[in-house]
Amino acid sequence: MLYIKCPYCGLRAQKEFSYGGDATVKRPNINEEVSSEDWDNFVYMRKSPRGKHIELWQHIAGCRQWIKVQRDTATHEIFQTAKVTEEIR
Amino acid sequence: MSQPFRLNKEGLINRNKKIYFTFNGKKLFGYEGDTIASALIANGIHLVGRSFKYHRPRGFFGAGVEEPNAKLQVEFNGHSEPNVNATEMELVEGLSATSQNCWPSVNFDVGAINNFLKMFFPAGFYYKTFMWPKSFWYKIYEPFIRKAAGLGVASIEKDKERYEHKFEYCDLLVTGSGPSGLASAYAAAKNGAKVILAEDKPRFGGTLLTDDVSIDNLSGKDWAEKIITELKSMPNVTVKNRSQVFGYYDHNMLVMFERVSDHLEKKSKFTPRQRLWYIRAKETILSTGSIERPIVFGNNDTPGIFLSAAAKEYMKVYGVLVGKKPLIFTNNDSAYETALEFKKNNVEPIILDTREEHSSELIDEAKSKGIDIRFSHGVIVANGYKKVKSAKIGKLNKDKNSFEKIETVDCDCICVSGFWTPSVHLASQSGNKLKYEEKIDAFIPDKKKQHETSVGAANGSFTLEESLKHGFENGSNLSAKITETKTEISIPNVNEKKYGAHDKFWCMPLPKNENPKRFVDFQNDVSVSDIEIALREGYRSIEHVKRYTTLGMATDQGRTSNLNGLQLVSNIENKIVPEVGHTTFRPPFTPITIGTIVGREVGMEYMPTRKTPMHEWHEKNNAVFVDAGAWKRPRYYKEGNETLFEASKREAKNVRENVGICDVTTLGKIDIKGPDAAEFLNRVYTNAWMKLPIGKARYGLMLREDGIVMDDGTTTRISENHYHMTTTTAQAANVLSHLEYYLQIVWPELNVNVVSTTEQWAGAAIAGPKSRDMLSKLYPDLDVSNEALPFMGYKEAEFFGVPSRIFRISFSGELAYEINVKSDHGMFMWEKMMEVGKEFGNQPYGTEALSTLRIEMGHVAGPELDGRTIPSDVSLNGLVSKKKDFIGKNSLGREAFNVESRQKIVGLIPIDRKSSIPEGSHIVQDQNAKLPNPKLGHVSSSCWSVENNNPFSLAIMKDGKNMIGKKFFAVSPLKNKSIEVEVISSHYVDPEGKRVRS
Repeated sequence: MLYIKCPYCGLRAQKEFSYGGDATVKRPNINEEVSSEDWDNFVYMRKSPRGKHIELWQHIAGCRQWIKVQRDTATHEIFQTAKVTEEIR
Repeated sequence: MSQPFRLNKEGLINRNKKIYFTFNGKKLFGYEGDTIASALIANGIHLVGRSFKYHRPRGFFGAGVEEPNAKLQVEFNGHSEPNVNATEMELVEGLSATSQNCWPSVNFDVGAINNFLKMFFPAGFYYKTFMWPKSFWYKIYEPFIRKAAGLGVASIEKDKERYEHKFEYCDLLVTGSGPSGLASAYAAAKNGAKVILAEDKPRFGGTLLTDDVSIDNLSGKDWAEKIITELKSMPNVTVKNRSQVFGYYDHNMLVMFERVSDHLEKKSKFTPRQRLWYIRAKETILSTGSIERPIVFGNNDTPGIFLSAAAKEYMKVYGVLVGKKPLIFTNNDSAYETALEFKKNNVEPIILDTREEHSSELIDEAKSKGIDIRFSHGVIVANGYKKVKSAKIGKLNKDKNSFEKIETVDCDCICVSGFWTPSVHLASQSGNKLKYEEKIDAFIPDKKKQHETSVGAANGSFTLEESLKHGFENGSNLSAKITETKTEISIPNVNEKKYGAHDKFWCMPLPKNENPKRFVDFQNDVSVSDIEIALREGYRSIEHVKRYTTLGMATDQGRTSNLNGLQLVSNIENKIVPEVGHTTFRPPFTPITIGTIVGREVGMEYMPTRKTPMHEWHEKNNAVFVDAGAWKRPRYYKEGNETLFEASKREAKNVRENVGICDVTTLGKIDIKGPDAAEFLNRVYTNAWMKLPIGKARYGLMLREDGIVMDDGTTTRISENHYHMTTTTAQAANVLSHLEYYLQIVWPELNVNVVSTTEQWAGAAIAGPKSRDMLSKLYPDLDVSNEALPFMGYKEAEFFGVPSRIFRISFSGELAYEINVKSDHGMFMWEKMMEVGKEFGNQPYGTEALSTLRIEMGHVAGPELDGRTIPSDVSLNGLVSKKKDFIGKNSLGREAFNVESRQKIVGLIPIDRKSSIPEGSHIVQDQNAKLPNPKLGHVSSSCWSVENNNPFSLAIMKDGKNMIGKKFFAVSPLKNKSIEVEVISSHYVDPEGKRVRS
């Protein structure tokens, strides 16, 4: 079971979180024209990298905040976690 | 009753307490502190089981987790458990153990014929033998294999015991209480760290209990006791025996299996049987020790053959002799300690040492005690079928591949030692790549992967001095980093015997023309020749060899066989062991009960039960409940002998004719506040929300970004910046997360707050033509006329002194209202409604009637919004705004969503107006067509229309809008039904929606 550091609550067991996919995907702006290709990329196309991956998790049984987690998909190592408003490099 | 193999005083058992048990029906006794194995050996019983494949007689081989043979069916404390390890299970009064894998008895086993047919059971026999003729598989081979497979019998009784889970956090977890573990725990505890020390066995101390050593002038056992006593007195230390850390998972999470009360004759009511600990440790000391490995020789599986350390443990811990005429067969010095222990107990051993004559501290001591030592000697083959009677021994030549002399010596046991294998399971599970240590012919942990530090024998250091030193140092350093306190500890003076070098010798050659079975893996009956066959047949990867031969599989996980197997493979392949590699170590280290894994999550505790505030009323009024997620909802209220069908028809009809009330507390409720709330709703829902007046509700539809309908519900504007959203019962949690996602990540600039209020409000729907009359009685001071409170209107008013919210919304399609009061007042509201509603013919209705009402109205719900439908599929495209953007809008333009023949919701009625159409039926043109019969759609919801008194269903059908008036078949192979149906509009009742506005 992963041990995830919520930027608001501290280290908590994976049980308290739910996974939310790739955090680097940006939704096209509302009320703006978007090409079909860009839209399809946003809705459907996801990379499935082996290695470092920045992803979203929600602290669903805690503060309910969505957070960013940089995790190695092969080893589960977590390098960094951040608020969604913060950058992970 | 005497015990022929019990020593007079040795051992740590309590001789003042006899414990009676039975083995294969025979009544025996042991002492408190015995295992089943030690008690049986004390009684001279060695034949305890039959081997898996050949049904060869098998006895005890080890004294703990390493035991491959002695798995028994054990009944105790009301349990019947298969595959219980006799060397680990402690005796408890009334225990009854029986042998497995034998019929009719362990002494006379018909299956032993396999032993004489062994040419038919080579490696991979099940891949070869049962291949032809093909027709034999189902009737002959498969039932045969099924019967032969497995060892014991699982109980089919309900497990009445209590199992618990526990979550724990610590600075340092120490796994094993041998010298290095004790030292680590002690040093860390002195630094003020929070320490958990786990010991698998009932007694702490590990090898300190059996080795002839002294520490600071105390015997090993006394020193261990002193340290344990001190650790137990420290508030920052948890010391646990009978607790095995069996798995090392991600992020330093270790799982421990505690046997809380299996050894107790009586226990208090709430004492669990076993407990599973999830331990998150900052640092972990792996002091799991090592396991002796055997030397392979002929018939080395005969009962009476033991690991030499096990023989010593039986003497030192249990006061039991494994034999009175022992042969000690060794390639190293440690077996000499066993020989000396025998000698001390007036038993004369013969030592066969594969090494050439040489000298060491232990050899010299054995010599001085007059023990018969024969160098360059080994056991070729053990004689005896159900027990060792003698052994053919040989003097090895210089190259150790043939014999200079062969003779037979009498013996009643053979104690074998092929040196030591560190228990690296936990280290390997942590992700540590192991490395091969030439010096000890075994794998040890390499560079740290997580926070695991292996010490002592688990790390390949086999001297006490080194183990203690590593233990103290690592325990101190690791904990000091956490506590930032360092207490100096002087490393104690150690007195131990120095070992000489071991012999890299692991398998006895065979003289010409002799071919006894030489087993590598006892539990799976894998012999040297099986591995040779596998390699000859082209298997190269050690993982493939494992699977083909079953080497190292099953409950003992190859603890005594893996390295010998690897040596064999590397010899044949002419490789070195590290090139061959090792198989994967998987948790659990030893078998654990399913009950422990499940813990308390059984029966009512399997998941939480959510009850509405009116639940008790429903119960008292014969409600039959249905699960809606974790909620319990009344499905119908049973009157007399009514069936579900009759009751739901009555309830639905009463709503259509009079008035009914329904508990709608379970609907998801989300409070939305903030100056940008309207803008947010406008983006979340497909329809327009900017102009919703205060005091009005609106039906809304929300999509996922891929255009699929996510949920529907009404949202009401309570005040300027305050909205009350409802969701379906099932989607409540998902919708909240969905809203939070957009507010926190996508549009953080919107000033809006959302919070779930599902639990805060109790809700009741009042539906039916007489609902307004009833409402006016409930709110005598309120104008509830159609003008004052129109469809989709909202009012706040006192309900008999209790604040309440009135929504004029309808799911049933009738004139209807929903009243919400604070949860605490739910029961009051409900009872008041029942009282006031009497004169209008009010009856409660359950979810079944609710479904009937919504289906015949053509209102969609979960079965239609099934994650595959877009708004137009369910005739809700009227709610999709063309003027504004919203979540999922761009996807609605996708080509597949706009083809002419796109699926659409329709209504179905059976031609005979009688046959109910099973939900899930497929709609086909020709019921007799060849399979696969092209599917034109499926039936999503079915009911008995109370309005028209015939069955009616909703279906999602390809090109649905052009199918009205056509006839098809609804086929359900599952129910073996085929019903001719006519397609009609999905709005079967009141298609203009006049009633809700009346």
